[in-house]
Amino acid sequence: MAPTPEIVFAGTNGGTLTEIADYEAVGGFEALAKSRALTPDDVIAELNASNLRGRGGAFFPTGRKWSFVPKPDKIAKPHYLVINADESEPGTFKDREIMLRVPFRFLEGSLIAAHAIESRHVFIYIRGEYEAEFEVLVAALEQMRAKDLLGGVTIVVHRGAGAYICGEETALLESLEGRRGQPRTKPPFPAIAGLYASPTAVNNVESITSATSVMELGGAEYAKLGLENSTGTRVFSLSGNVVNGGNYELPHGFPLRDLINDLGGGIADGRSLKAVIPGGSSTVILTAEEAGKVTLDFDSLVGAGTAIGSAAVIAIDDRCCMVQLAVRVSQFYEHESCGKCTPCRVGTKWLTGILQRIEDGRGTQADMELLVSVADRINGKCLCPLGDSDAVAVMSYFDKFRDEFQAHIDGGGCPFDGGSSLDHLLAPVAMHVHERAPVHA
Amino acid sequence: MSTLHDEIQEIRSLYPESLSAVMPALQLAQVRSGGWLPEQAFRDVADALDLTPAYCLSIASFYDMFRLEPVGEHVIEVCTNISCGLNGAQQVVEAFESELGMHAGETTDEVTLRTVECLGGCGWATIVAINNRHRLHVKADDVPRIVAELRGVAWEEESGGPDA
Repeated sequence: MAPTPEIVFAGTNGGTLTEIADYEAVGGFEALAKSRALTPDDVIAELNASNLRGRGGAFFPTGRKWSFVPKPDKIAKPHYLVINADESEPGTFKDREIMLRVPFRFLEGSLIAAHAIESRHVFIYIRGEYEAEFEVLVAALEQMRAKDLLGGVTIVVHRGAGAYICGEETALLESLEGRRGQPRTKPPFPAIAGLYASPTAVNNVESITSATSVMELGGAEYAKLGLENSTGTRVFSLSGNVVNGGNYELPHGFPLRDLINDLGGGIADGRSLKAVIPGGSSTVILTAEEAGKVTLDFDSLVGAGTAIGSAAVIAIDDRCCMVQLAVRVSQFYEHESCGKCTPCRVGTKWLTGILQRIEDGRGTQADMELLVSVADRINGKCLCPLGDSDAVAVMSYFDKFRDEFQAHIDGGGCPFDGGSSLDHLLAPVAMHVHERAPVHA
Repeated sequence: MSTLHDEIQEIRSLYPESLSAVMPALQLAQVRSGGWLPEQAFRDVADALDLTPAYCLSIASFYDMFRLEPVGEHVIEVCTNISCGLNGAQQVVEAFESELGMHAGETTDEVTLRTVECLGGCGWATIVAINNRHRLHVKADDVPRIVAELRGVAWEEESGGPDA
């Protein structure tokens, strides 16, 4: 097992740091004091030296994102920092643990970021389902206010209300402005015209929390952690058919198989690994063989044709029917499509329908071709990547497990014959139309 | 207790533009109205923020957590996304259906039972939200105990059934 230096969760000893005195006892708010003594440009230079890249999924360099926000004398409007805490990519549950266990390190990072982009207004958009996390943040903020740590910056914690699409930054801004969460056209990018058409930086919770560590350690020191192109640590969310699911903070470059087999305790119930979704449900699936060869960093996963995404690793064992997996993933995207762009609104529904036909034994060879065609008509044709996520994910199951899809056509039904782990799984999108079987009392 | 109208004005003051207050205002109105949004709630929020009820409805209907129909005293939401699904979420759904004598998607005075998309607890599957509080590692076998707890029925640990 590799060493696991804790950066994001430093000082917690496996517990929480929700009392301000406890956080200060492990060096809390020193990074903030250090940052405020520097010019905004010097803070950004430190971030650039660290090569910290966005933890929400896009892996965009955090320092560069901040540097895109114009100086206040260039655009004479308020500048905003908006933090994306709308974590909802299936498989991902890291930001909630960060907010629960190290709320002050996260809030400290928010103030550092606000200083860097010369903003006095911070909005934290937290997903509505995270009620306990909301309460922890509000309590932590109260403690910081009592100690006068905000330095004239207002922080508003704004609760979402259940819409995956609001994790997309422009949809999030729409939602925060009081509209339906539907993505905007880009450009203009948020750095120029974001919240209330003003200069805005939108960052993920873990990116912001890591920024605190960058300022504490120094950019050059932080860059020594992990790999050259994927610096620092990452909180990986491990789930699926593993013995020990949970969050694991590891340096980038950690072998995927060691996360599953060592830290995760291996595949549960004595089954064997069939496939791994490496970076959240929208990323390309890896076969067990491919998964054995990659490390958890940007380059290794891109090299394997997939992405590190939100660092959400889902292990899938041999009981799972890949057509059922595709149906369920597609149902999710169909349910969450905001409806603005036709290829996504119609295409995700079509993908689900075709996949369900194949699963039910009503599929034909022509459906296999139709699946490819519909996916092509979604990809790259919408304002945001939600529809693409559906198409790319399910087509990766199709490409890598084509024999299994073919067996459904040839055999006139699911070869798992009721034995798949996802059998009859009731998705919300199907809840109101599902067949009403009698309830067994 | 201050009025809904006054509290919405307080929320409004947190934002540079008052339209931003529509979502938190609806959230508050929903809590005040027993967990869902009747017509009156839309009128109240609209009045407080100088909007129309139709606009407020257009927002509420977009987001999954706003409820446009009455809900039961308890709301039970079972995540059936991938990771929970791989760990027996459907068996949990069926155990609730059987224990409560209702289908997912239905509401009685006592309970609203439904399946939901990923609740962000994948490594601790299956996740069940009960009145918005997340229970982790729920298995089908746990369901009778959870239902007994909601009904205020004492649970006999040894026999694994209600305390008669």
